[in-house]
Amino acid sequence: MTMKKRILAALMALAMLGAFSGCSNTGNGGSASGGSDSDTIRIGGLAPLTGDAASYGVAVNNGIQMAVEDINANGGIDGKQIKYIYYDEKGDTTEATNAYNKLVQDDKVVAIIGDVTTKPTLAVAQTSQQDNIPIITATATAAEVTLTGPNIFRACFTDPFQGELMASYASEKLGATKVAVLSDMADDYSSGIAEAFVAKAKELGMEVVADEKYQDGDVDFKSQLTNIKGQNPDVLFLPVYYEDLRLISAQAKEVGVTAQLCGADGWDSVLTDNFDSSVLNGGVFCSQYSTESTDERVQNFISTYKEKYEMDPNMFAVLAYDATNMMAQAISDAGSTDSQAIIDAMAALEYDGLTGHMTFDADRNPQKSAVIVSIQDDTYKFVENYDPEA
Amino acid sequence: MDFLTQIINGLGQGSIYALVALGYSMVYGITQLINFAHGDIIMVGAYTTYVMLIMAGTPLWAAILAAVLFCAVVGVIIEQVAYQRLLNKNAPRISLLITAIGVSMLLQNLYQLIFKSDAKSVSNVLPSFPIPVGPLEISSVTLITIVTSVLVMLLLQILVKKTRIGKAMRATSEDAGAAKLMGISSRNTIAFTFAIGSGLAAIGAVLYCGAYPQITPYMGSMLGLKAFVAAVLGGIGSIPGAMIGGILIGVAESLTKALGWSQITDAVVFGILILVLLVKPAGLLGRNIKEKV
Amino acid sequence: MTKSKKTGRIPKSKLLSYAVNAGLLLVFYFLFFALIANGTINRYSSGIMTTMFINIILTVSLNLVSGFLGQLVLGHAGFMSVGAYTAALFTLYSGLPITIAFPISIVLAGVMAAVFGVIIGVPALRLRGDYLAIITLGFGEIIRVIILACDFTGGAKGLRGIPTILPKGSDATSLALAKYSYVFWLAVITVVVIWAFVRSRHGRAVIAIREDEIAAEASGIHTTYYKLFAFVMAAFFAGVAGSVYAHHIGVLDPGKFNFDYSVEILLMAVLGGLGSITGSIIAAVALTILPEFLRGFEDYRMLIYAVILIIVMLFKPSGLMGQREFSLSGLAARLTAKKRKGE
Repeated sequence: MTMKKRILAALMALAMLGAFSGCSNTGNGGSASGGSDSDTIRIGGLAPLTGDAASYGVAVNNGIQMAVEDINANGGIDGKQIKYIYYDEKGDTTEATNAYNKLVQDDKVVAIIGDVTTKPTLAVAQTSQQDNIPIITATATAAEVTLTGPNIFRACFTDPFQGELMASYASEKLGATKVAVLSDMADDYSSGIAEAFVAKAKELGMEVVADEKYQDGDVDFKSQLTNIKGQNPDVLFLPVYYEDLRLISAQAKEVGVTAQLCGADGWDSVLTDNFDSSVLNGGVFCSQYSTESTDERVQNFISTYKEKYEMDPNMFAVLAYDATNMMAQAISDAGSTDSQAIIDAMAALEYDGLTGHMTFDADRNPQKSAVIVSIQDDTYKFVENYDPEA
Repeated sequence: MDFLTQIINGLGQGSIYALVALGYSMVYGITQLINFAHGDIIMVGAYTTYVMLIMAGTPLWAAILAAVLFCAVVGVIIEQVAYQRLLNKNAPRISLLITAIGVSMLLQNLYQLIFKSDAKSVSNVLPSFPIPVGPLEISSVTLITIVTSVLVMLLLQILVKKTRIGKAMRATSEDAGAAKLMGISSRNTIAFTFAIGSGLAAIGAVLYCGAYPQITPYMGSMLGLKAFVAAVLGGIGSIPGAMIGGILIGVAESLTKALGWSQITDAVVFGILILVLLVKPAGLLGRNIKEKV
Repeated sequence: MTKSKKTGRIPKSKLLSYAVNAGLLLVFYFLFFALIANGTINRYSSGIMTTMFINIILTVSLNLVSGFLGQLVLGHAGFMSVGAYTAALFTLYSGLPITIAFPISIVLAGVMAAVFGVIIGVPALRLRGDYLAIITLGFGEIIRVIILACDFTGGAKGLRGIPTILPKGSDATSLALAKYSYVFWLAVITVVVIWAFVRSRHGRAVIAIREDEIAAEASGIHTTYYKLFAFVMAAFFAGVAGSVYAHHIGVLDPGKFNFDYSVEILLMAVLGGLGSITGSIIAAVALTILPEFLRGFEDYRMLIYAVILIIVMLFKPSGLMGQREFSLSGLAARLTAKKRKGE
């Protein structure tokens, strides 16, 4: 009984070989040049459709699909229909890389919309450097994502941008002098914004009386909130996602925290059935768009989305819708499906979307103004457009 | 004063751990099985509460009843389908543990498929208002949680010590073979234990919904793990032990966070577990297990 | 099993089968090398192959502890993360060119994971069975929390921009070939070393401990030593796998190395058969490729896994291969035996 087990591996591998070469077709396609037939343009999507981050991924995927349907219904991109091919990456960096390779090599997409959360997006961005394929992420917020290479764009705000924005807002508009922060240490979105907020708050002369953290999956925040209450801050900044926010705000009230609550765009879609939002009344956050917008397209989007998916659209869906349209417009502007041409068109893009008028800066982040939204009586109220004076 | 508040915060959370730990402890006492799926039974209970209370709009008592019954049934089904065969065959414990992990995965993914992965809100399950106690204010929810779990523990203690079925449970856990010879049906006893343990988890689930009004398909895994730590800490197989273990873990967590070390809360909890296992492997109130040769 | 005398001379038939296997291994290696080089296997497929070999290393090494030593470990991903971070930090900050830094990082990763194996193993291995499983789970979680809480590991952000294993600017095909070569031979080394260990005196001591710890101790086997040895060896290879993983993906996410991932590795080892190295290899290969074919059924994938796991445990708790090993000569022997019977 020797190392013949290797042989088995060899046999297995031979069997696989058939399967692999079967699905890889002509093989070494590589770049995006061969990506369009006469009448379709293939665009790839990556999102976590199962697993912990599934609720974000599903919303993004819905947003993209709606955009694709709208574009196709209106004649496609210069007469060519978009074919949207997407894979679930389960919120996992390995799966994301594999799925990316499949999109580029097997499906020969010309551009990719994705990924959704930061780490898989970073992994994909890094791998994509070999292909120079145009990528726009709707929702990955870490600053490093677009810095990975000139082919990566994003439709949302970055973490530092939001943190600094809300620090300015707290100081300038809310008149805060003492601020406290509670953030999720295991989440780079949350900790990234918190870090920027704290730095900016100090720079603006506010006193950061508490910088509390919690862990991914925690449900009890009373200890941290009791500490915060003891410091009596003017503003409690909560750069967290809506699911944690519901628990935190309820417990903040229970503990007796009286500070003004504020947060970032993760707050969007905090309002939901059976959530007693009175605990959040008066809370403000910066958002990418306002559901109260008078823009007809926004209202259309909201009603169509509700009808189609039987749930309220959230920021993820909205950003995904915009990201898809940006990519479509860039392909149209480029007049070809050549990777570099699309990337150049993207960099020069000027686009009016659901989240407002935007252009890309040198780091391929969107330049657009933020909307401050407050929560009043179970609704989102538009407060103002806010651009901090530099 | 803040310190006292922190302790009470810890007691509230600890009581929920304790209720869950009771189930672990009882099942382990009789079958030597770490029922990994026990945490997910809480999730099942929480979703049952959600379905009854929110979707069907029944009153609270009906929701509690439904949750307890449903969980007990699910518990017994799991035992009959997944564990019984292995328990009968005296299969290696490693197989049992792996099966339990499989059941846990199955429940989580089944519920994710049915209810989707986004969190469901269940606000105001229990009446919430502050109760002044001396200089402190205690939330009614915390008080209800603590009182309920103490009551449940006492009831359970009576059940195990005074009733016939309780005696059968103790006999089976002491020596399953001898118990069988005395005419005790170990199959029924084990099934009953699963039913009771799962029913307790359902009560824990309702209290959980009261304290942390949001549920997800994955909510049970961390909760279950910590409750298991509590059961081991208190001495697995011991009812008061599970209670004490749960409360200690709750308070330890709360104080760690209060001291500003929230980053390492989980490390502290598992650190306690490791220390206990190394220093006093049977736990605080557990009996030493003899090694059978 | 034919057993040579202690003189260490190897019987001829054995020598022959070594040669056959080594030959087949080389054929296999160059075949796939060629297929990647000419593009028949594209980067998507070769990427999955890399994952597959990483999983082989992880599964076989876990099998050493859980299969041959018989101790359930639920924190294997923790050792992998130690290796991954060690290797990534080394290549990121050592300043050496990547072609030199990467091989060093593999060794470093293994050594560091082994060190953690000792630190964790010494207290943990005093326990057994369920308690050992839980304590390794606890240690796995602690490692994750510490990585999250430290600054030099990047905390929640993880590590980014970990260089690929060839200098910047290398073309995609050479990169794929380099990855394939590394991971293939690392997997071979892992399998051979563990296989040789299991067949050695020390390995038999380890198996004796699995069969009956008390009896083993009574017959003079230093159980603590052998348990620790197997445990540390498994940790070492998990660290090696971590190093390759870090440089394959380029981004490290502390959340990746959680309990679920440890369970996934365990699942492969269990399905293949605890105590069967070939079983582990088959299961690792199958469970890496299967999901790729199940794309489109993602919603049901984990559900299917769970059901399979339960069913296997209920009806074939020993897994696919049990404790048997697949071997060509065994197969040949069986086939000829059948033929003879048939005649």
